[in-house]
Amino acid sequence: MRERKSFIELPFVQSILAALLCILLGLLIGFLVLLAINPAGAGEGIMAIVKNFLTYPSVPAQLKYLGNTLVKASPLLMCALSINFCYKTGLFNIGCAGQYVVGAGACLYAALAFKMPWIVCLLLAVVVGGLWGCAVGLLKAYANVNEVISGIMLNWIGLYLVNMLLSLVKDSASPYTQKVASVNQGAIMPSLGLSNLFSNNKYVTIAVPLAILIAILIWVVLNKTKFGYEVQATGFNKEAARYAGMNEKRNIILTLVIGGALAGAGAAFLYLTGYEEWSVTQSSVPAMGFNGIAATFLGALNPIGTIFSSFFIQHITSGGAYLDKSVYPSQIADLITSIIIYLCGFVLFFKLALNKSISKRKEKKS
Amino acid sequence: MLHITKLFPGIVANDDITLQLRRGEIHALLGENGAGKSTLMSVLFGLYQAEKGEIRKDGKPVKIMNPNDANDLGIGMVHQHFKLVQCFTVLENIILGVETTKGGFLQKDEAKKKVMALSDKYGLSVNPDAKIEDITVGMQQRTEILKMLYRDNEILIFDEPTAVLTPQEIEELMAIMKNLAKEGKSILFISHKLNEIMEVADRCSVLRRGKYIGTVDIKDTNEQDLSRMMVGRDVKLVVDKEPAKPGKPILQVQGMTVASKAHSNNAVKNVSFTVREGEIVCIAGIDGNGQTEFVYGLTGLEPLVSGSLTLCGQDITKSSIRSRSKLLSHIPEDRHKHGLVLDYSLEYNMVLQRYYDPKFLSGGVFLNRKAIREYSNRLIQEFDVRSGEGSVTITRSMSGGNQQKAIIAREIDKDHQLLVAVQPTRGLDVGAIEYIHKALIKERDEGKAVLLVSLELEEVMNVSDRILVMYEGELVGELDPKTTTTEELGLYMAGAKREEVRA
Ligand SMILES: Nc1ncnc2c1ncn2[C@@H]1O[C@H](COP(=O)(O)OP(=O)(O)OP(=O)(O)O)[C@@H](O)[C@H]1O
Ligand SMILES: [Mg+2]
Repeated sequence: MRERKSFIELPFVQSILAALLCILLGLLIGFLVLLAINPAGAGEGIMAIVKNFLTYPSVPAQLKYLGNTLVKASPLLMCALSINFCYKTGLFNIGCAGQYVVGAGACLYAALAFKMPWIVCLLLAVVVGGLWGCAVGLLKAYANVNEVISGIMLNWIGLYLVNMLLSLVKDSASPYTQKVASVNQGAIMPSLGLSNLFSNNKYVTIAVPLAILIAILIWVVLNKTKFGYEVQATGFNKEAARYAGMNEKRNIILTLVIGGALAGAGAAFLYLTGYEEWSVTQSSVPAMGFNGIAATFLGALNPIGTIFSSFFIQHITSGGAYLDKSVYPSQIADLITSIIIYLCGFVLFFKLALNKSISKRKEKKS
Repeated sequence: MLHITKLFPGIVANDDITLQLRRGEIHALLGENGAGKSTLMSVLFGLYQAEKGEIRKDGKPVKIMNPNDANDLGIGMVHQHFKLVQCFTVLENIILGVETTKGGFLQKDEAKKKVMALSDKYGLSVNPDAKIEDITVGMQQRTEILKMLYRDNEILIFDEPTAVLTPQEIEELMAIMKNLAKEGKSILFISHKLNEIMEVADRCSVLRRGKYIGTVDIKDTNEQDLSRMMVGRDVKLVVDKEPAKPGKPILQVQGMTVASKAHSNNAVKNVSFTVREGEIVCIAGIDGNGQTEFVYGLTGLEPLVSGSLTLCGQDITKSSIRSRSKLLSHIPEDRHKHGLVLDYSLEYNMVLQRYYDPKFLSGGVFLNRKAIREYSNRLIQEFDVRSGEGSVTITRSMSGGNQQKAIIAREIDKDHQLLVAVQPTRGLDVGAIEYIHKALIKERDEGKAVLLVSLELEEVMNVSDRILVMYEGELVGELDPKTTTTEELGLYMAGAKREEVRA
């Protein structure tokens, strides 16, 4: 009697299809916007965004810029994992952005002011990010403060604290922090030969494989462990979790600590490669934490899925840089990538629509 | 409905079912848990599309693709688990989807007039301005009924409307249904309670495991025949039991007081009693007299205001839920709120109270899927929990009665000295009720203590060894089911009679 589900009815196939659909629609709308602004360059423009590093004709150059995309995709992946993990407990960790910020502050300060080795800097970022998450968790568990509100407030508090702290290790001539690589080479994460694979792109470090490993680890924790069982039960039905004697307060706090630690590590994965410096005059929270939300949903709330979605979102974002600046104003690149990222959030909606059309088609057949 | 067939993964929920509903009749639908009653009604209401078969109304074939189509054809449904918006008022829920607007603004006053007129006409008293989350289930149900009437529906589907009502409310509902039928409305009525079917229905159709068994005229049948048709064997409606042999005390409740969420007064006031091993003590009472809060206090879901609890000699007044659950099993009143994680598979729900047991873990951290699967399969087998795909079925897709059976299986099988069973047979078919009653008595005979909280007089009289009546949060009487009558019990429950109860 057991009827085998056809391929297209499998949940993960549907998630992938829905994600692809979102991406296509996002690209289409992006294209239309380009068309409206300046029809002449629209086709090339959208292609430039999609191609990203493939714009370069030579393979070594392609590899090098693929490396750059990977370097920036790793912190994004970590932020996505942070949001994904908390979401499973029913918490929306919008404070991820702030946890990322304090992680950046901690690791940069340790690297520049105290000349710590990279592993200590990384651990500090993890701890401080975790503490930032813990604050949200404590407020939620003991004072019933909504995690979105406390998260957003802590984002700003974190940003300005970090700006203040990092002013102490600022480059004298620019608003940026000193270059980690020149001040303290020991704080740069080791590459273990990985940079050779990407045409000696020195920014490619073990951060990339580490982020992927952590994604797999998070998947295992969620799906295979006792803790994951509790986390998801709480997310699905808080009352039932309480009835089953799960310690709700502890789980809320623990989840947010882990979420914060992941985001903090994400920051270290970027700033300890030397790819970027922190601008102490920035007055907005880095987009990383927010793009993590899109990556989470595009990845269908699955840690393994977010590996791919984070890469894609970073790919598009980096691709924006190749938009012809003589045809389009430079903000357009951000606009287009934002549109695409925004649509990525609609995966669940598309999945539902997909399901409906499949069952309709089946009916017609019978 | 002609030759309706509906498939779900792993199961034929409806297999070639033909059902005819006459104008102005009350047609009962009877069948075991998971027989496919709710599914069949959902097909009629457009929630599911049947794989085969057609639906005709007044002889004309119709296509019902969604509840809006059903509504256009005058078909309305009250679901087994209500579908009301909790934070809306009664009135807003009634007009939801068919609001009359003027220039984009809601015309609530007119709607309110119509609702009040309907409510007067059919004796469906509701407070239109109360929020759903604040009103009793009885009033929620009347809201659902008004919702159908407001839409001028002429075919009304009631899916187990009486499962959550008090006996008084059931009486009222029966009268309302008869009234509606007299006006020419046709009613489809699902219930597991044979006496209700005998009282209101004109005809009754029986389903068994998705198949149509037959339709009988109520005049020509009786409860025994109906249950035989439904289960395929004779069912004992009253279980036999030996006299109880109570031993040493298991649970001692001393001066327990629990606060109320709804009002400033306490919901449970200074309650004291003892439950011994080898006896079934029942807390009887009309719904809303503090039983729910009492159980919350006992199981640790709510803190006590004052008083103490002793379980097997240990003071558990301040213990955590987890540590109480080592000695206490709890079949909760609300299976969807507390009892189940609906989005988990059945096997995950089967271990909800003991996933942390080393038996179900490997290395102390990882879930041992194999052990969980084997355990769940055993419970499914023993308690006859029916579902489409066994252990891996998502619990949300199971029939209401089978969800309940899963909880009972889990709680009875878990190690415990005291079983707290709140409305354990709510929504179960007669065969399953017989099984559960036997299981409760077996618990008792094995020397465990059972505390049963029930609203069903019959269940109270049949199963318990001792009855404690709760009225407005106080214990007002202790009765022996062998020497008392249902009438007397009723008087105590209504607060007309009371005596001192001491621990
Ligand atoms: N949405 C669904 N997806 C998969 N299976 C389903 C779904 N709904 C119902 N089923 C299965 O179909 C069968 C019939 O379920 P249904 O809810 O109609 O039973 P029922 O007769 O109403 O039982 P009860 O008296 O317990 O409410 C059950 O085995 C159930 O597991
Ligand atoms: Mg049902």
